[in-house]
Amino acid sequence: MNARWATLLILAAVIAVIPWFFPSGYYFRVAALVWVTALGAVGLQVLMGQAGQVSLGHAGFVGIGAYAMALGPKYLGLPVLACLPLGAVLAGLIAFLVGRPILRLKGHYLAVATLGFGILVALVLVSEIAITGGPDGIRIPRPEIFGWRPRGGEAWYWINGAALLIGVWLALNIQHSPSGRALAALHDSEVAARTIGIDVARHKLRAFVIAAVYGAVAGGLMAMMNGFVTPDAAGFLQSVEYVTMVVIGGLASVPGAVVGAAALVLLPQALTVFHEYEHAVLGLLIMLFMIFLRVGIVPGLATLLRRRPA
Amino acid sequence: MSEVLLSADNIGIGFGGLRALDGVGFEARAGEVLAIIGPNGAGKTTLFNIVSGLYRADTGRVVLAGQDVTQAPPHRLAALGLSRTFQNLQVFFRMTAAENVMAGRHLRERSSLLADLLRLPAARRANRASRDAAMALLAEVGLAEHADRPAGSLPYGALKRLEIARALATEPRVLLLDEPAAGCNPVETAEIDHLIAAVAARGIAVVLIEHDMKMVMRISRQVVVLNQGRLLAAGTPAEVRNNPEVIAAYLGLHGAKEAALA
Repeated sequence: MNARWATLLILAAVIAVIPWFFPSGYYFRVAALVWVTALGAVGLQVLMGQAGQVSLGHAGFVGIGAYAMALGPKYLGLPVLACLPLGAVLAGLIAFLVGRPILRLKGHYLAVATLGFGILVALVLVSEIAITGGPDGIRIPRPEIFGWRPRGGEAWYWINGAALLIGVWLALNIQHSPSGRALAALHDSEVAARTIGIDVARHKLRAFVIAAVYGAVAGGLMAMMNGFVTPDAAGFLQSVEYVTMVVIGGLASVPGAVVGAAALVLLPQALTVFHEYEHAVLGLLIMLFMIFLRVGIVPGLATLLRRRPA
Repeated sequence: MSEVLLSADNIGIGFGGLRALDGVGFEARAGEVLAIIGPNGAGKTTLFNIVSGLYRADTGRVVLAGQDVTQAPPHRLAALGLSRTFQNLQVFFRMTAAENVMAGRHLRERSSLLADLLRLPAARRANRASRDAAMALLAEVGLAEHADRPAGSLPYGALKRLEIARALATEPRVLLLDEPAAGCNPVETAEIDHLIAAVAARGIAVVLIEHDMKMVMRISRQVVVLNQGRLLAAGTPAEVRNNPEVIAAYLGLHGAKEAALA
């Protein structure tokens, strides 16, 4: 119970304090991107880390949330902010419909099915040029919150930071609740979970819908921050990155997803010194993380700290 | 005689060309222990898997507390009062011992997804109630001091008892135990023996698969013997251990002597 509050307090403190150390406004932008990406990753942690169900199509839901911010105002005349919950509901609904058949699959089969879903979303976004603007992307109107128009990295830093804090709070609540225990149970042994009365299909579907809603909210915030979205937001590479974040941060850990997201957003920025070898170095680092901290950064470090005599 | 809580009748199942079970049945009564014995490969665990809804039988009928549950999925059966343990442990290894048993309280937890997400009082109450129930059950099976250890770090005998505690957490009317004493030392076996007797004394119908003949003869009211997927014999422990066919197929002379000592 205390670990839950400690996690939230540390995250809140980090969000509140690090702007003091930003040498320029550019850093607000990068950090805002970390928070919003982390929000998407936390959703995937509920599905992958807690329920043990892999998804290689998470960015598909991020894309649905992001495009809702463009298409809602354009075709339905809705205020852009109203499209944030709308996109979340839409993504949740699609996850519900898609999840029912594909969550019967396990392991590699589920991975391939979710991969197919993600590719399908990206394909629609690219090819329906008349509606989505195609590969060039589409503009997002500037949102207005009670007369305040958030502009620039600093405003989005605080908005995304607050959203992440709420997202982490909800995910930690789930983890330490009856629902979370049901997910953890079916993760460890589906057979045993069923025999103690857990409706495995229903609980997997819930986790899938939760992950989709997180992804859509993250996508919507990201789209508003950038004022623009392209189909890359829903692309396969993005999905793989989300999985990587959750895995290197530590599958079992909610804050791990945040650390993993920070690593994957910040490392490429830091690695620009390697010029064209940037991606090679990033790949190498991910491999090293996996070899030496297989349980993930956060659980791995926690174990190391505990082992050290007090 | 007490009420029949679980009956399996004319159960048959085939895997490919092999008839794993053919025309097998039993009746388990409230407050009694029924043992299913037989050589390896006789179909005992297959029968459990059918009765608990994991496999679907080709023929036959399963009735639980008066309801036909032949096609019911496991989680429905659990809600109707059937719970089980596994021969090859199915513990939630990443959870603590207490969390394993708390998971067994799933059906008793009155909390919605929304309450869980927002940590509303309903969710906190459910957590507390499940924790209390789990601690009581862990004390009953002698694992109270290990409550907050990861299940993966517990010794084998403790895990066997942890599974029983988790199964009991669902408040079953019928409990299926698949080799609860397998791999346990004599002290652990005696503990499990007492535990099963205490569970049955509460009015739960216990169905037991076990190879430890002394234990079977001591605590069972009825014994069903399977051999190669068929019913070889059924009756009281005394009837079964003196049955020449049972001695020939399963007990052997040494086993018959051992059973007689119980």
